[in-house]
Amino acid sequence: MDDIKILDTVERYIRGEMRPDERLHFENLRKTNAEIDQLVVEHTLFLQQLNHFGERKELSSTLNELHTDLTEQGKIDSMKLKGKAKVVYLWKRYKRVAAIAASIAGITTITVTMLVNYLSPKAESAKVRELVNQVNNLDARTKQLDTKIDKVDKKSTKPVINTPARYNGTGFLIDGKGYLVTNSHVVKNSKNVYIQNNKGEQFRVKVVQLDLAKDVAILKIEDADFKPISYIPYGIRKAKTDIAEPIYTLGFPRNDEIVYGEGYLSAPTGFNGDTLSCQIAVAANPGNSGGPVFNHNGEVIGILSTKEVQAEGAVFAIQSKYIYQAIEELKKDTSYQKIKINSSSSVRGMDRVQQVNKIQDYVFMVKGD
Amino acid sequence: MTQENNEKTLLEGLAASDRKAIESIYRDNFNMVQSLVINNNGSADDAKDIFQETMIVLYEKARSGSFELNCQIKTFVYSISRRLWLKRLQQQNRFSTAGDSMEPVVPVEDELAGHEQRNAEFEMMENAINHLGEPCKSLIEAFYLQKQSMQEIAARFGYTNAENAKNQKYKCLMRLKKIFFTNYKNGNSDG
Repeated sequence: MDDIKILDTVERYIRGEMRPDERLHFENLRKTNAEIDQLVVEHTLFLQQLNHFGERKELSSTLNELHTDLTEQGKIDSMKLKGKAKVVYLWKRYKRVAAIAASIAGITTITVTMLVNYLSPKAESAKVRELVNQVNNLDARTKQLDTKIDKVDKKSTKPVINTPARYNGTGFLIDGKGYLVTNSHVVKNSKNVYIQNNKGEQFRVKVVQLDLAKDVAILKIEDADFKPISYIPYGIRKAKTDIAEPIYTLGFPRNDEIVYGEGYLSAPTGFNGDTLSCQIAVAANPGNSGGPVFNHNGEVIGILSTKEVQAEGAVFAIQSKYIYQAIEELKKDTSYQKIKINSSSSVRGMDRVQQVNKIQDYVFMVKGD
Repeated sequence: MTQENNEKTLLEGLAASDRKAIESIYRDNFNMVQSLVINNNGSADDAKDIFQETMIVLYEKARSGSFELNCQIKTFVYSISRRLWLKRLQQQNRFSTAGDSMEPVVPVEDELAGHEQRNAEFEMMENAINHLGEPCKSLIEAFYLQKQSMQEIAARFGYTNAENAKNQKYKCLMRLKKIFFTNYKNGNSDG
């Protein structure tokens, strides 16, 4: 109760509501009583703060009222953005958002495009190079001169084939009567096709069957110098071959000498799951196209055809069963009905060197112009 | 000359919380501040906030004894608003180069420093009063802010007599002072 009275007095003093004599008395009290003095100082500060608070609150509410009034009276144009101003306002406000959205859209587009590019199958020609050797003219002329010199040396009566080869690949005999198999991409652009064996002898051949889809071509030797061979030491395998089975190839990537290569069957299908072919791991170069792929029994399991440009050591071979298909197609023509293919190899069980020794005479370089 | 006098009258009116004077200043300056804010990444609501805070700064300046405005109200208002808005943009990490404008600006650092101090005090008092709870809050507001007499308060709040109301008000005031001064001392020692 006492405290209430004291505070009341202090407040009256601060507000200046005291009579002069009362005020004098109170000021004397302040001087003698430190506690009262302290209370006066503290309470003055407090009341100041409180008044300040009150004034600010009142001003704020006045300002808010005014804002509403003035807007209603149209004296200030708050929130009344129209036409261009509105567009400018919206643009200014949302341009950051728009910019971010546009960036995200852009990045997404680019990412999707890249993904699509990455995931979608490419045209095979882009990634896979046909291993046909496009010999340049200079090489061809040199070769031609070499042949001429050879012929002169041997005093051979055989006419020199003097057309420069534009394409060369490899082919192999499948029937001793003079039938060979190669890739259709080796011969498809050539008017005249020749083959040359390991000893340098050349024979003229005719393309009798050309399957561009399967990339298999059958050639027939039509040259008087060719003597039919009674027996071919290797067979053509009809069944599929297992992964990891060791294989070897023979071909003419070097333009003059037969080249041996070995590896293994790495996948049962070809490029991007192509069921026509299979993937093998072997060193292959332009010129190997059309060459035979043998398994360890000396059976032909495929025709070496393409290699993936972007991957090292991924080479594809046409599965050997398509040789049979091609022959069946060819047999529809009555003049070719006598073709006969071995399915078993006589070199089976021999070691690799002996096998190759026996086989190499039946593998030819195929040249086209 | 007449304009200077006119502005002086306006500021005196503002200091006295004269509604007409406030309205006049409001009407003459709001659009300028609104375009400043809106042209610099703000909304109409931001503009209203900034302008009203500027009005409070102007009011505080008008109220202070050492009041002497040595530029036009318009320039002062623009300078304050610009600084306040830049500061808010910085706090929101949306800083843009507001300020490339034709309007003249005057240095307002002192005013804003004082304003911030008063802002902090205002918030302390607001917090303290909000902490009180009812009926203390209304009681204190009625007596100290609305300056009602104890008799009116007793009638309004249903106390049997003014003496009871006074007792109650005393208890509330003691609590409020305790809360406020705790914060005030903490705030001062922190800051």
